[in-house]
Amino acid sequence: MTDKFVSIEGIAKRYPGAGGAMTTIFENLWLSMARGEFCCVIGHSGCGKTTVLNILAGLDAPSEGAVIVDGQAISGTSLDRAVIFQSHALLPWRTVLGNVGYAVSSKWRSWDRARVKAHAQTFIDLVGLTGSEHKRPSELSGGMKQRVGIARALSITPKMMLMDEPFSALDALTRGTLQDEVRRICLETGQTAFMITHDVDEAIYLADKIFLMTNGPGAVLAEVVENPLPRDRGRTDLHRHPLYYALRNHIIDFLVTRSKTFAAETPDHDPRNVPVVQIGKPGLTIAASDEQRQTRIPGTNPGLTA
Amino acid sequence: MSTSLRLRAGLVSIVLLAAFLGIWHLATRTTGATAAMSPEYAKLMGLTATQGKSAMPGPLDVGAKLWEHLRRPFYDNGPNDKGLGIQLAYSIARVGTGYLLAVLVAIPLGFLIGMSPLLSKALDPFIQVLKPISPLAWMPLALYTIKDSSISAIFVIFICSIWPMLLNTVFGVATVRKEWINVARTLEVGTLRRAFTVILPAAAPTILTGMRISIGIAWLVIVAAEMLVGGTGIGYFVWNEWNNLSITNVIIAILLIGIVGMLLDQILARFTRMVTFPE
Repeated sequence: MTDKFVSIEGIAKRYPGAGGAMTTIFENLWLSMARGEFCCVIGHSGCGKTTVLNILAGLDAPSEGAVIVDGQAISGTSLDRAVIFQSHALLPWRTVLGNVGYAVSSKWRSWDRARVKAHAQTFIDLVGLTGSEHKRPSELSGGMKQRVGIARALSITPKMMLMDEPFSALDALTRGTLQDEVRRICLETGQTAFMITHDVDEAIYLADKIFLMTNGPGAVLAEVVENPLPRDRGRTDLHRHPLYYALRNHIIDFLVTRSKTFAAETPDHDPRNVPVVQIGKPGLTIAASDEQRQTRIPGTNPGLTA
Repeated sequence: MSTSLRLRAGLVSIVLLAAFLGIWHLATRTTGATAAMSPEYAKLMGLTATQGKSAMPGPLDVGAKLWEHLRRPFYDNGPNDKGLGIQLAYSIARVGTGYLLAVLVAIPLGFLIGMSPLLSKALDPFIQVLKPISPLAWMPLALYTIKDSSISAIFVIFICSIWPMLLNTVFGVATVRKEWINVARTLEVGTLRRAFTVILPAAAPTILTGMRISIGIAWLVIVAAEMLVGGTGIGYFVWNEWNNLSITNVIIAILLIGIVGMLLDQILARFTRMVTFPE
């Protein structure tokens, strides 16, 4: 990890618990992301995933440690880091155009109405909501609302996007479509993205890197799993890739058993040097096929012909 | 289906009104016993004693008198004989002034209290004590300090309409959905712009509900306040007509108080609908 676009350095979050004692959600958490990387965090409820995201967004402050984005320690929220909320968080008294326009005019305060409108319209078109500009959120379906949320986040051309289970409230079909859209947009615009999810397949489809967190309280980042699937993967033939099941099993095993037992089994876990798991790479017990090395090259897709 | 329901409801309303007027008419029509008396004495007595007419006016009497009032709503024959339009205008002006002053104080103050947990906690005991005080209990204090009965009435309206608005504004502002605030925060929207573009629209329905409760209370209180301070206004009119033993005028005043109160409520209800958003 040479290029650290985002670097979370030893952050902790503690809350005052019962009887004056402090409850530690997580502590000494280190992780980093390269520019243009799509990272997913997987872990059980209560491990502090959302807190990490809120700290990254600047909505919450860590009890200890610092977060560095693009060479600067963050303090508070920023227009450089856009958030897509789980509950879409649209302002219900504004139209689609009004919601996106609100973000646009917040970023470029001197822009006149026409310019704001034109800019917002571009992003409404991008997420496929052309024709619904003047609808209010209550007139939209769940998937369309989340599209507006995505358009709003993208419209301020952020340096990175933070997503807190953005698709968890949607039905499977809509979720799939939106995953495709988000993946396409992130690849096209080279966005750095940090996403929380409960859905293993979503993580495998979208992420370049998957962060596995153990159960809280006292959660730690256990592993960073590098996604061995090629960058131009498609949703329909994802599962045919020879490393797909090795990856999926690894993550599910972690969620089912190792997330609970990790702390006890790994007493010498160094949170500053979290092991990077490369599925299919030599030296790992979870190696699945002998096409390993090639599968890491972006743009080629040898596994799919197998 | 809904138009037919509305039609049927309207019919039932008309039938109920007709029944009420009919019973009223029959109940007040009867002539009671007339006592024999000398003509000179009879001149001193009212129609009840001389012709056995009911002391309570019938709907036809009230209707005739109301028509008379409606034809000349703004006449002014001196302090004790003014048209109903003038009296109502005085009352509405007092309510309007006191109410608008209350809006100007309650909404900004409620905003501050709602946004600051410290202020909210610090001011809570004062609000809790001041809120349940009957507005008329302030009247002597107001008369003593202000020394003007008309302004005292406005003060009483002010003090009675401030609480529902204040409490609703505080509640509305304090309970704005966290995610909307977070949207504004991630967009680096400044405090003032956030207050006007997120908190105000989000809290507006709650604030307007408080304003609607307040206008209702203000209209209830003005009648009582004007009975006390006298001079002008629909409340004074009611009391003056009671002293004149003109039950007909009292009934007309009651009817008009009800209608004006309904109109005030409807106006605020319309405003509330304008700012309400479906989620």
